[in-house]
Amino acid sequence: MKPEEIGILIVDDEPSVRDSLYQWFKDDGYRVDTAADAASALKKLQENPWDIILLDIKMPGMDGIELQNRIKQIDKNIVTIIITAYASVDTAIQALKDGAFDYVTKPIDPDDLSKLIRNAIDKRRLVTENIQLRQQIEDLLLPDEVVGESSSIKKVMEMVNTVAKTDSTVMILGESGTGKELIARAIHSRSSRRYFPIITINCGAYPEGLLESELFGHEKGAFTGAMYRRRGKLEMADKGTLFLDEIGNISEKMQMDLLRVIETKSFARLGGDKTVDVDFRVISATNKDLEKAIKEGSFREDLYYRLNVFSIKIPPLRERRSDIPLLTRYFLSKYAQSMNKSVTDFSPQVMEMFTGYDWPGNIREVRNVVERAMVVAQGTQIQLVDISFPFPPPATPSGGASLEEVEKDQIMKILNQTNGNIAQAAEILKISRLTLYNKIEKYHLKR
Amino acid sequence: MSYIYIVPIELEDDSYLEPLERFVFQTFHLRTKKKEFKINLKDAFDPSRVQYNSSLILRQLIIKPPLDAEKILGVLDVDLFIPILTFVFGEAQLNGIGAAVSSHRLHHRYYGLPEDGGATTDRLLKEAVHELGHTFGLIHCTQPKCVMNSSTYVENIDQKPAELCSLCQKNLKIEKNDTISKGFPFSWWSKKR
Repeated sequence: MKPEEIGILIVDDEPSVRDSLYQWFKDDGYRVDTAADAASALKKLQENPWDIILLDIKMPGMDGIELQNRIKQIDKNIVTIIITAYASVDTAIQALKDGAFDYVTKPIDPDDLSKLIRNAIDKRRLVTENIQLRQQIEDLLLPDEVVGESSSIKKVMEMVNTVAKTDSTVMILGESGTGKELIARAIHSRSSRRYFPIITINCGAYPEGLLESELFGHEKGAFTGAMYRRRGKLEMADKGTLFLDEIGNISEKMQMDLLRVIETKSFARLGGDKTVDVDFRVISATNKDLEKAIKEGSFREDLYYRLNVFSIKIPPLRERRSDIPLLTRYFLSKYAQSMNKSVTDFSPQVMEMFTGYDWPGNIREVRNVVERAMVVAQGTQIQLVDISFPFPPPATPSGGASLEEVEKDQIMKILNQTNGNIAQAAEILKISRLTLYNKIEKYHLKR
Repeated sequence: MSYIYIVPIELEDDSYLEPLERFVFQTFHLRTKKKEFKINLKDAFDPSRVQYNSSLILRQLIIKPPLDAEKILGVLDVDLFIPILTFVFGEAQLNGIGAAVSSHRLHHRYYGLPEDGGATTDRLLKEAVHELGHTFGLIHCTQPKCVMNSSTYVENIDQKPAELCSLCQKNLKIEKNDTISKGFPFSWWSKKR
């Protein structure tokens, strides 16, 4: 911080003290102002921001201690220094208890005053930096990929904001690719645990023995190959959040162990007998019907109720089609930037196709399709030829469609393929150009 | 023509005034003029602190500045203070006309050491230039190798040079018309030698 960026306010009823301090700090280049009493000090606080306030204790009207309390109510981060001609232990203790940075008696040794102000500036700088860094971390932590303006996704985000403020366990339900982990991260980043880690474990990705070791860690020699003591994910998640993805895929033994950990918030590493206490919040996710699994006896009911205090169901993309343009454009802009391409939009035909498609792979599929299209795209728009679906939509309309609908769909498909080139489309369809024009007009198709 | 007035105030020893004038000229390229002003030191004396209030001295010093005074530097050898601090080596008006400096705490003898006149003179020159620097708009410099670096105890003064750093030289607010580019005027120089 440059001196001119630091504001020092001097509050003292003695003009000579005010003036001498004013001059002293001015020589250092600080922004300085003075106030003769508490009322004018509070007024100056409203007019300008101040970093450090030097306060005399004995002033007519409101004294320095009371003024300090009022200052702290306005901005608790302002550094206050109490100056007094009549030092007493009682007032010193009171001032420091109320948040004063220091308590000094007049007159002050110039060297002590310089050091005091230097330290006060350091404290102010650290506080300011801390606030800025927290803000930056919060900005980074806020998942930017929960994209959507549909009422259903808005409702999901409302639920996220509500549950984030609590410490309840949350179960996120949704089809594969709907963004369950993003929602888990959104809950974590809005919770009081956000400055601690969120540890994700994909329960479906480990065989039973390995999942146990991943979660609980192990002591040296716990099993063949356990050369060192290893911390498990439960320990890593201490004070943070444990996200158990694909919870429906864990074995019965693991279900029992997990239930015990969630209930007792303690566990022992594999091969060890020492109890490790942990404090974490559990968020789980599944695309399975756990209630059905309970009925079938493959999932413990008590664990289900432990995990499912609050549940959030993420709708599949086909149920919130209005979000498709926003989502696809979001990924377009993201990949254009990362691949350094000048692609700015999709062609109208592509967007029409996107909004009509069911997206069985949900958001993961959107990302995949847009990324692949971006790789092959030339020019500023993504065209139909750039698109390929991992799960292609059926080539023909579903059963029950009329002959006219079949004809309309086929013409639209070929027009899309040829980027609206009438001559090419007419040749593929084995009809004359005039007939094609007539059909386009008849079915109100866009070229 | 403007001058920096050097004003001795009840000095017991004025031997350092001559080098002071020379050094002030070298630094600011403005002619100096030594003149006694009517200053009543008793008015600035605080019997409870047995010290002199430098702000009150400064007020007397600038009450009626001569028309040709660019700056006025009062030189004293009494112990100075400002109300909030236990002592000061000197005081100046930032961007103002007046400054005051005292040799009282610059003597080795003040710290129980054998007196060293040369060291006292060096320190006084530095503090005089420092306080005058404030009157020319300079604030404390963060460069340790600059006379405008803040000194809160005497060893600080010994550590810093007597010269302004290049940035402070650039920031000096001096009217170019008033400065003299080379050396002292002959008459002044010959008279002083």
